[in-house]
Amino acid sequence: MFLVAMIAVVITMGLKLLRAALGPTVYDRILSLNGFGTQTVLLIGVSGFYFGRPEWLDLALVYALINYSGTLAVLRYSKYGSLAMDLQPKGGA
Amino acid sequence: MIWDALSWLTLSLGSIFCVVGGIGILRFPDLYSRCHAVSVSDTSGAGLILIGLAFQAGLSLVTVKLLMVLLFLWLTSPASTHALAKAAFSGGLRAE
Repeated sequence: MFLVAMIAVVITMGLKLLRAALGPTVYDRILSLNGFGTQTVLLIGVSGFYFGRPEWLDLALVYALINYSGTLAVLRYSKYGSLAMDLQPKGGA
Repeated sequence: MIWDALSWLTLSLGSIFCVVGGIGILRFPDLYSRCHAVSVSDTSGAGLILIGLAFQAGLSLVTVKLLMVLLFLWLTSPASTHALAKAAFSGGLRAE
């Protein structure tokens, strides 16, 4: 049962990576990488149960936090051109 | 026995939702409609898979951690999708 969920999550990761490779704008790529991070969280959780180590859920929680801040950092970089605190927005992305 | 059947059901439904979201992000024509596809897989797919794992774990600390991961995903995934759509709109991208 865990193997079925793991295979489905890995297939979804592949589909989202395909969109990250194809996507014409940078926003498609950011969207698919955010979704890829969520699938990684699910994969850590399910494979932890599959291998008999439910302690891996701590890693899943940490990676969910890292994924969220990483997505917001990439969005801020693509809007402002830098990660400094007080900036004026530049046009386009 | 009943918990095993329930967790089979929710894990398989969650996997189907995740794959449907992945197919949707490939097939939709525009960024804003792709956001809707990703929201299916990030909210329903992740929720059902984590609830299926919670049925396996029973009432223990592991279930509390699973529900914390689920709550965090449900709070932050719509927030980052909204931030992305807002940044795309202010960057000049319009829907087809």
